[in-house]
Amino acid sequence: MTAPQVEIQLIAAVVAVSCALPGTFLVLRRMAMMSDAISHAILFGIVLAFFVVRDLSSPFLVIAAALTGVLTVSLVELLNRTGLVREDAAIGLTFPALFSIGVILVARYAGSVHLDTDSVLLGELAFAPFNRLEVMGYDIGPRALYLMAGIMLLNILFIAVFYKELKLATFDASLAAVLGFFPGFLHYALMALVSVTAVGAFDAVGSILVVALMIAPPATAYLLVDRLSLMLAVSALLGAVSAVSGYWIAHILDASIAGSMASAAGLLFGAAYLAAPGRGLIAITARRVRQRWKFAQTMLLVHLYNHEGLPEEVRENRISNLHEHLKWDHRFTERVVAVARRQGFAETRGSCLVLTERGRRSAMEAMVG
Amino acid sequence: MEFLGDLLANYTLRTVGMGAVFLGAVNGVLGSFAVLRKQSLLGDAISHAALPGIALAFLLTGSKAPIVLLLGAAAAGWVGTLLVANIVKNTRVKYDSALGLVLSVFFGIGLVLLTYIQRMPVASQAGLDTFLFGQAATLLARDVTTIGILGSAVLLIVLAVWKEFKLLCFDPDFALSIGFPIRWLDVLLITLLVTSIVIGLQTVGVVLMSAMVVAPAAAARQWTDRLGAMVAISAFFGALAGGAGALTSSLVARLPTGPTIVLYLTVIVLVSLVAAPNRGVVWNRVRERVNRNSLQAEAVLADLYVLAVRHEDPGHGHPISVLRTMSIGHGGVDRSLEVLRERGLVRSTADGTWSLTPRGLEEAERLAGRRGEGP
Amino acid sequence: MTSAREMGPAIKVEDLTVAYGESPVLWDVDMEVPAGILMAVVGPNGAGKTSLIKAITGLVRPVAGHVSIFGKPYPEQRHLVGYVPQRNSVDWDFPTTVLDVVMMGRYGGLGWFRRPGPAERALALEALEKVGIAEFKGRQISQLSGGQQQRLFLARAIVQDASIYLMDEPFQGVDATTERAIVTLLKEMRARGKTVVVVHHDLQTVPEYFDWVTLLNVRCVASGPVESVFTDRNLRLTYGGRVSYLTHHAPGDTLADGEDGD
Repeated sequence: MTAPQVEIQLIAAVVAVSCALPGTFLVLRRMAMMSDAISHAILFGIVLAFFVVRDLSSPFLVIAAALTGVLTVSLVELLNRTGLVREDAAIGLTFPALFSIGVILVARYAGSVHLDTDSVLLGELAFAPFNRLEVMGYDIGPRALYLMAGIMLLNILFIAVFYKELKLATFDASLAAVLGFFPGFLHYALMALVSVTAVGAFDAVGSILVVALMIAPPATAYLLVDRLSLMLAVSALLGAVSAVSGYWIAHILDASIAGSMASAAGLLFGAAYLAAPGRGLIAITARRVRQRWKFAQTMLLVHLYNHEGLPEEVRENRISNLHEHLKWDHRFTERVVAVARRQGFAETRGSCLVLTERGRRSAMEAMVG
Repeated sequence: MEFLGDLLANYTLRTVGMGAVFLGAVNGVLGSFAVLRKQSLLGDAISHAALPGIALAFLLTGSKAPIVLLLGAAAAGWVGTLLVANIVKNTRVKYDSALGLVLSVFFGIGLVLLTYIQRMPVASQAGLDTFLFGQAATLLARDVTTIGILGSAVLLIVLAVWKEFKLLCFDPDFALSIGFPIRWLDVLLITLLVTSIVIGLQTVGVVLMSAMVVAPAAAARQWTDRLGAMVAISAFFGALAGGAGALTSSLVARLPTGPTIVLYLTVIVLVSLVAAPNRGVVWNRVRERVNRNSLQAEAVLADLYVLAVRHEDPGHGHPISVLRTMSIGHGGVDRSLEVLRERGLVRSTADGTWSLTPRGLEEAERLAGRRGEGP
Repeated sequence: MTSAREMGPAIKVEDLTVAYGESPVLWDVDMEVPAGILMAVVGPNGAGKTSLIKAITGLVRPVAGHVSIFGKPYPEQRHLVGYVPQRNSVDWDFPTTVLDVVMMGRYGGLGWFRRPGPAERALALEALEKVGIAEFKGRQISQLSGGQQQRLFLARAIVQDASIYLMDEPFQGVDATTERAIVTLLKEMRARGKTVVVVHHDLQTVPEYFDWVTLLNVRCVASGPVESVFTDRNLRLTYGGRVSYLTHHAPGDTLADGEDGD
């Protein structure tokens, strides 16, 4: 591997980790689509800031982005509070409006400068190594790396300092308010953090893929672990894995790095969707089949018990009629009956199925439970 | 007038204008249903999810014919929607996360495919830009015809299945109980939404498609309480913004069409929120309820007064059932009593009966005097 | 002409089992609802009352068991059954008017592509008169109070002109006047030969409002006329000893139960 390759992967990993951290809270607080909204809307802030400072690499842009993020959230909330627009509709109105203003401003007034909306949306990680950071005449590495590392540190710091409050506010907002943890402040602070992370990551992956990195690794982690601290760690790890493997996929296919990273993150989610222990589709289906079977056994016994000793027993518990009364498939009924007999819960007496003592006990237990 | 004539003679403007107007209308109609079913952001997801479909359609058929790409986009949009539903149904991942996930991952896959295609000698770069931002200016008459035909089909179907869609959106359980094929109706509605989004992508672009679906409907809702009117107004707003956007962007230099349309939509939404009489409804409704409550409370106070006057002892308590009987058809006795109690005008006694306090007696007399019923 | 006996009871539920996940909400429920009665379905929360109604109307698929309406399966008898869902199952901000909602009750009979016309409108207005909210016919539905909304749902059921009505918690959160009005309406329906099954939450009013009652707690504890079934003992079995406010004069308490009649 060449030095630029290493740098690219490093940057990618740092971007992914920086996104996964606030993304975890977005996913848990059901605000995942705010990442989409914010990462588009901040174009508006960036453009305005650019008009003021005329410098694409000014930190002022980052601040403007953060403010725009907060603005977006506020507007959404304002619309929602009028009672005239639902929250999802409010999001779908706000960010296109801000984004449109941004695009128009760029097209009209900044066309000559290289504020390319394409790169805002898509980024181009491959160019990152070319933009160096020089300290006292020494080239210490790509600018993007230091920028994102700083943002990553910011994220880690924020979460570490406010961990208790974030945890509580995420799972029980009203209690948090009562205890004085200012969930409102936390909410806006989180959104500001999302905005800062998004604008930092634009260079590398563009806004749409910031969304992928903020949602997919946390969603995957959500299927794998139960504790918040674990979820944060696993999201970060999955994000980094997506980043590196995405890079290599792009390398092999000679395709967009950012797109590959998003695809890798998606693949990881897909894997968890299918194979997560206990929660994956495979595990769920197996469990469902097992349960239906066990259930059917119990139902048969309970059915026999209910109609035991009653005049219609002969009719209800007649083996040939069972499937009709229980409304089961004929063959399914045969199998259930066979197992019940084999396990000693029921026996044939004449043309009826009758409970054994063991079966009766089992049925009674089931009904009490 | 001559000016207008010149404009209409302009082929590009005519083409783009017609396309945009019609698109706005169709998306306004389908957007109404999406918004009412709380699926506003589904439009955003479908637009993004369409990208890999377009790329694959080209890869598999080698054709760049619009209808081929549209089919690819629609298929991908559909798959994305199914996936979202599946994720929500089978895992604990919630709807918003599923939307964001499908949206971004599909787009990422589409990006990979697209850049892979661009390495191929045949393909060109322009495709991506068109998709992202819409290249309304490059709409051909052929494209507008496609939009027109598909859009008309969509509208006709909506008209035909109107009452079924209405009930599906309002009360799906009841619909199912009277025998509506809910599953199929849902599939149909989603298909229509996917179609209307996909035919609009090349005009407005991915990012802004969400607004075309949501904004006209959100604005229209403020002006009416009837579904039919809402859908019609929504179509009108969409068409208006589409036409105005196309016109403005052709007159002003360096003004991209898509964002201009969205800005017009935003203005329409803002105006609707502020100026529509419906907004008064929110305040009116609140005011009405407050009025009704205070009128009811006054009525209960008056009833107690009548009872007090008839009875020798004005402090005698009267059971709530008597008050309810006197208030038949008006309701709200319990709540009124609470309100009156809070204001110190009535009190409840140990055995659960209610009577006027001295202050309440005064107030009741005052009100009676005002009504001209003096003692 | 099929005799009433040949047709079977209005609703017959056999061995009905409904489960959403691991544990069942309804288990091996047997129940018969004869025609022309007013029946309450009561039980603690999570007892499966709503699931019972939904299983009868085909809204949920049972894991086992069978439901028949006058001897035939529900899909064939749809037109005979009117379903009144819980009030909170719809979004009341939906842009539709009171009259509109009532007319939706006629959609079942219209078939594809046909619009409701003057005939449907007349029926709807009549139903609105009957429930007492005709003056609100042009209002958007969120402008109604809780009690009025419940009446609206009832009006929609009335225009279906069904023989059997299934209602889920129609008395939940309505004011006393509306409650009385609804009861009057239900008794009127019974007088005209309709069968009404109501998921009810207020034990106190069961003997006063209903003739039959089904006590449900995942299993069917008891089902039959109120006088014989609505006993202290059955209630204890249903609610697991949490019934503390029933007076000693509950109907059905006999000395044979080992209780003092007080």
